Amino acid sequence: MNLFLQQIINGLTLGSIYGLVALGLTLVYGILHIPNFAHGALYMVGAFMSYFFMSDLGAHYWVAMAGSAVVVAILAILCERLVFHPLRHSPPIHDKIAAIGILLFLEAVVQMFWGSDFRRMSSPFTGILNFDGLIIPEQRLLIIVGAFALVIALQLFLRKTMTGATIIAMAQSREGAFLVGIDSNRVAMMTFAISGVLAAFAATLYAPINLVYPAMGHIVIMKAFVIIILGGMGSIPGAIVGGMIIGFAEALGGFYISTSYKDIIAFGLLVLILSVRPQGLFAKGAH
Amino acid sequence: MLKVEHLTKMFGGLAAVNDVSVEFEAGKINAIIGPNGAGKSTFFNLISGMHQPTSGRILLDGVDVTTLPSDQVARLGVGRTFQTTNLFEQATVLDNLIVGHRLRTKSGLWDVLINSKRLQREEKAARDKAMDALEFVGLSHVAGQIIADITQEERKRVAFALALATDPKIVLLDEPAAGVNPEETVGFAALMRKMVDEKGLTVCLIEHKMDMIMRLADKIMVLDHGEKIAEGTPEEVRNNPVVIEAYLGGDEDAAA
Amino acid sequence: MFKYASLLMTPATKYVMLAFALLFPFVAANEYQVYVMATAFVWAIAVYGLNIITGFCGQLNLAHGGFFAIGAYTLGLLTADFGWSFWPAFVAALAMSAILGFLVGIVSLRLKEHYFAIFTLCVGFIIYLLIDKWEELTHGAIGVRDIAAPYGFGVVDFTDTTPFYYLVLAFLVLAIWFMGRLSKSLLGRTFIAIRNGDELAQSLGINLMRNKILAFVLSTTYAGLAGALYAGMVRFIGPEEANINHTFDMITYLLVGGIGTIMGPLLGTLGLIWITQSLQFLEEYRMIIFGPMLVLLVIFFPRGITGSFLTWMHRKSQALAPAKKRQESKVGKADYESSAQTREAENNA
Repeated sequence: MNLFLQQIINGLTLGSIYGLVALGLTLVYGILHIPNFAHGALYMVGAFMSYFFMSDLGAHYWVAMAGSAVVVAILAILCERLVFHPLRHSPPIHDKIAAIGILLFLEAVVQMFWGSDFRRMSSPFTGILNFDGLIIPEQRLLIIVGAFALVIALQLFLRKTMTGATIIAMAQSREGAFLVGIDSNRVAMMTFAISGVLAAFAATLYAPINLVYPAMGHIVIMKAFVIIILGGMGSIPGAIVGGMIIGFAEALGGFYISTSYKDIIAFGLLVLILSVRPQGLFAKGAH
Repeated sequence: MLKVEHLTKMFGGLAAVNDVSVEFEAGKINAIIGPNGAGKSTFFNLISGMHQPTSGRILLDGVDVTTLPSDQVARLGVGRTFQTTNLFEQATVLDNLIVGHRLRTKSGLWDVLINSKRLQREEKAARDKAMDALEFVGLSHVAGQIIADITQEERKRVAFALALATDPKIVLLDEPAAGVNPEETVGFAALMRKMVDEKGLTVCLIEHKMDMIMRLADKIMVLDHGEKIAEGTPEEVRNNPVVIEAYLGGDEDAAA
Repeated sequence: MFKYASLLMTPATKYVMLAFALLFPFVAANEYQVYVMATAFVWAIAVYGLNIITGFCGQLNLAHGGFFAIGAYTLGLLTADFGWSFWPAFVAALAMSAILGFLVGIVSLRLKEHYFAIFTLCVGFIIYLLIDKWEELTHGAIGVRDIAAPYGFGVVDFTDTTPFYYLVLAFLVLAIWFMGRLSKSLLGRTFIAIRNGDELAQSLGINLMRNKILAFVLSTTYAGLAGALYAGMVRFIGPEEANINHTFDMITYLLVGGIGTIMGPLLGTLGLIWITQSLQFLEEYRMIIFGPMLVLLVIFFPRGITGSFLTWMHRKSQALAPAKKRQESKVGKADYESSAQTREAENNA
């Protein structure tokens, strides 16, 4: 029973991280209709920035996380301004290729500075909590609580602030938003910034129980894509629910079926879903 | 020619097209008008097989085409244009048009590999067809220019020519005169009249430019909120109180 | 300038290039250069495949490197573990990449644009994971050793670098020849019509699924052909052959050379491979240049070297035709724009 609960905790942890990354991806998709292949690279840069602030500048974990969020947010805004904005009227294949270009560039730059070695990031939360035999490392608890808090904060921002409302308005209808006078440039930059912040937070939360290396974004971004297809491209609740589904599927599948194939579970699921429902699981309408 | 019976299309509980029945006669210019969001484009998409109707029937020369996919509908002789046509910008006008006749050809991969007689014959036929269509729309002189270098009006004519190259019996034109100046609009009206008079085609168009429609159309159908609210000659439609109500009921297009 | 440029376009250019390729082993400084050129040819074949589905048909296939690996592994495993000799295994490798391409195509090509790209990204990754993890079949990270070399017919022995170079060259010429024929044919035009838009293509009576699958199977077969040649050349392969970075490399070659053109894939691949070769430090950090280059290309030169050149050429030749026409066009366009603005203003009112 405890083993099972242990997997539930693992699933929650994974699901939280995937959910955060997928949230940023789905926000950008919902508003700009760009599948941002570079999002995984932003996640990776987020981890390296925190690592840099902590190990080279001696910053505290929280400070490093905040610093990393700022850097990645700026980076994301730059991507929007310099790359995606000029391409907004191009054929859809162009922005995808440009996103791949950004991804390759960021990875190569990080690799130039830090090499391709695997690095370990420390965290002040190294303790282990023991609830009557159920063992939860503090960092995992932090991930779950942190992700939960971030999702709530994002919801409050989107629902309660004017800026948030404009983002939602634009996600629902780009032309409509244009007609009521929303500054689409500002909203686009804001959305990229939020997606960057979420990626940086997710990376910094997850890095201490994982490793930091230039290719770390690959698998995460692909899973995030699976998640947003699962949950409907552009849907915020879909990203969270989808994240949890993939997180649990991996934790339980990895435990009960096979560890070495656990990464295939998500992609297998995607192939299965798209074979049956080309529009995704929860997607509505014919678009 | 084209007979539509009780056509309905629901999008997530909303009826984009609601129980529309209409008949378009061969060799006539039929216009579909109505305020924005009246379901005009959806109506076209249903006829051309792009969307499947929720209920109702579509008969083309007595053949039921209701559930056919759009490529098969095209092969049965329904040509269409779109509000915007993506063309291969860096290829010549002629190169863009040759594929228009593809649906009347059969060459496949094997023909390409051995460069068969059939392929050569069909490619020549497709090229001739493209030149004919180009001449018909009055653009022979730009055949060798690349698309990126021709004017907006010429692009629209190229889109016409592309539809004509498919050897259609009926053409569906989605706002053919949108975004062109009054002078050019007259040119397009003449072109549509020529399609009917010289090629014996049936024309079906969606248009907002009322003065053009009133002069050009043989028959007008008015859609509002997905429902047919009137049909008849321009004269009848113009004086129909329901139509006047629909247009004055708060839509800017009446003025356009 | 115009005169020289038009020289480049004559059929004679092709023969000059072919002659150069044939003579290359004799003028090369050492065997290594011949080897590099043969590798570049192999990649160029794969890039031609990508050109069919992505350049002509407009579907961004991110599993292309995966199909390259499938070709390589089919040949490698059949010869190393199952005792097949080279040529039967070679044919099997082509068949395998075509069949798997067909199966993946049936599922993935129903998906529109973004979904297709994401789906194939995942397929590419699944191929990588399977090769890496399915140790019983693929030997996992250890890779496949002792892959058979192609035996010659009669006097030729393809195990040497130079004969193998000619073998690859022959396949490359075949690949380009077919691409050229395809692009001018009604079939190639059909693919291009699909790139212009699904709806437009359908309205022209084109069966989307059938044509997309055909284009996709052709492209995976090209990839499998390249992979099989690669395996026969290096004779040792590992999971890294399926790394997504190979797909990204190929996209870069294609874009630099000219997407959707005939000579683009060749020029892009050879050019970039030789540049990275000659600047050794670039090997590892090439992406620092490739990445921004991709971005700049899609923003400013979406048709690459060859495409931009062809457009420029065409404009040149048209410029000799009446210049008056062009001026009229300008007026027409301005009119259109102003009337479009009026329209928009009306709608906003």
